Amino acid sequence: MRIGTAKQTYAADQALFDSVTQRAWVGVLVLALIAFPFVADGYWLYLACLVAINIASATGLNILTGYTGLVSLGQAAFMGIGAYTVAVLEQRLGTPAILNLLIGGTVAMLGGVLVGIPSLRVKGLYLAIATIAASFIVHFLFANLGVTGGTSGLSVPPAKIFGLALDTSFRIYWLVVPVTALMLLGAANLFRTRIGRAFIAIRDRDISAEVLGIPLLRYKLLSFALSSFYAGVAGGLWAYFFRVVTPESFPLQMSIFFLAAIIVGGMGTILGAILGATFMTMVPEFLKLVVGWTSLGADSLQLVAPIRIIVFGVLIVGFLVFEPHGLAEMWRRVRRFFHLWPFKH
Amino acid sequence: MDIWFLIEITLAGLAGGGLYALAALAFVIVYKATRVVNLAIGEMLMIGAYTFFGLSTGLSWPVWLAIPGAVIASALIGGLIERIAIRPMLGEPPISVFMVTVGLSSILVGVVELAWGADTHRLIEFMPRDPIVLGEAFIAPKVFYGFLTALALTLAVLLLFRFWRGGVALRATASDQGAAYAMGIAVPRVFSLSWVAGAAIAAVAGIVVGSIGGLSPTMGIFGLSVLVVVIVGGLDSIAGALVGGLLIGVVEALAGGYLGGEYKLLTTFVVLVVVLMVRPYGLFGTRDIERL
Repeated sequence: MRIGTAKQTYAADQALFDSVTQRAWVGVLVLALIAFPFVADGYWLYLACLVAINIASATGLNILTGYTGLVSLGQAAFMGIGAYTVAVLEQRLGTPAILNLLIGGTVAMLGGVLVGIPSLRVKGLYLAIATIAASFIVHFLFANLGVTGGTSGLSVPPAKIFGLALDTSFRIYWLVVPVTALMLLGAANLFRTRIGRAFIAIRDRDISAEVLGIPLLRYKLLSFALSSFYAGVAGGLWAYFFRVVTPESFPLQMSIFFLAAIIVGGMGTILGAILGATFMTMVPEFLKLVVGWTSLGADSLQLVAPIRIIVFGVLIVGFLVFEPHGLAEMWRRVRRFFHLWPFKH
Repeated sequence: MDIWFLIEITLAGLAGGGLYALAALAFVIVYKATRVVNLAIGEMLMIGAYTFFGLSTGLSWPVWLAIPGAVIASALIGGLIERIAIRPMLGEPPISVFMVTVGLSSILVGVVELAWGADTHRLIEFMPRDPIVLGEAFIAPKVFYGFLTALALTLAVLLLFRFWRGGVALRATASDQGAAYAMGIAVPRVFSLSWVAGAAIAAVAGIVVGSIGGLSPTMGIFGLSVLVVVIVGGLDSIAGALVGGLLIGVVEALAGGYLGGEYKLLTTFVVLVVVLMVRPYGLFGTRDIERL
């Protein structure tokens, strides 16, 4: 609780940004995001776009895993479906980018429902295993269907907004970051609605939720569909950003990456997906720096890949064992200190 | 269609299925005792195979010493994993524990890649090389002896489960933890035991799989088929693991023989989806009844 923010109405109490200070900080953040491309160089812009795409996808997974309590290891596969849809649409039809992203999300969503129907009928971790299966089937389809260009994949023409080709990191930033911000706002608002609360109820105790009149299968499917939609849109952004999609672009490792991101960030909070995706995207870059400093010679860059995998695993296990609520909880503790200052409690 | 071709493929499938059954057994032992869905099962196979590779090729131990060495080392690693990563998660929701095993699989892959590189390796040849011929059907010797190993080990495990004190304790814990505690069984030690036993069995399976197909850090893919096997058979059923293993082995071999190698995994996963639709608790699994 922040000091000195008495609420007079329920609306004020339930607002997304509920105090003047918070709104001021959000304003600062928006300004910073607008100013960022003008001051940062290409490398940082590249990273910023990558972080934004990962945040979008991690938020989708967080809806499913963090809020509804269902684990999916197919997030990368659904991103792949979105990416391929966008690639095919852009290449064959040249429809507007925003429309492509929406269609990409929708196709991924349909794929999600297809996987979800058999596996969500039962409780437990069946969804996780079914999504692993789905990601292999999807990979097989990508590699063997005619439309997807086989193993060599597809190259994607740059997205066009009002006739302007978004072909540099600077330009694509203006597509990626606003779309991600919109998706984040959508997710944050989702959990102020009946649907979002139903998800949380299912996570906390599914039987109680069912007793309260929440149809389990329908809401689980809905959650999975939403999560896949987010993945699809993120995959579409990914396709526009990297401009080439191959079957190898979306491996199982990537799904584990997103799972790691929300675990490290904190499951079941919007902030968690943001912090986690940012942190996990920066870890490899940081590792490259560290390995560069230690100057182990020419082989050192070969070490980065396995060390990265180990660090991912250690972060997943470590956070689950020592800080199950993730970075978001750490952040909350820091914030709490300042909110209550100068008091202790 | 040549009938001998069909027989040959089916036999190869059965033999391969024996390995699935063995690996699935490792999974089921852990699941039965601790209710942990171990996604790292494929990586535990891999660790066993690589330890054997390290001992036999790296340190040039003789095979008869390297195999028990690798099995013991893997068993120790299994116990270590249980103590460090699984024990602290006792009482946490199953999803968290599941995700710990996801993290573990990632760590194991990274460690193997760091120690032995990402390239594929070949294990030294230690099985007899005369081809096995049944009628006109030919079976690769490695596959055949692998199957014999799997069969022997499975029988041994089943006997241990039936008659050995530890095996009885394990079954008791699986059927009712509270009652097992009350009867004086050290349940935490049973948990350790199940991981140690699971890792040892996985190591044997891994050595055989590695000697048939070679070693690489992506060997863990084998574990995915094992997950399908245990779901088809029922997560907590040993009979299910055996039948499911053979079934999936044959299905995969038939798909590989008649449709092409790339259809193997695809078919396996299609089987998984069908089983989830028709009989989500598996062929022999117990249907969970929740009491409130």
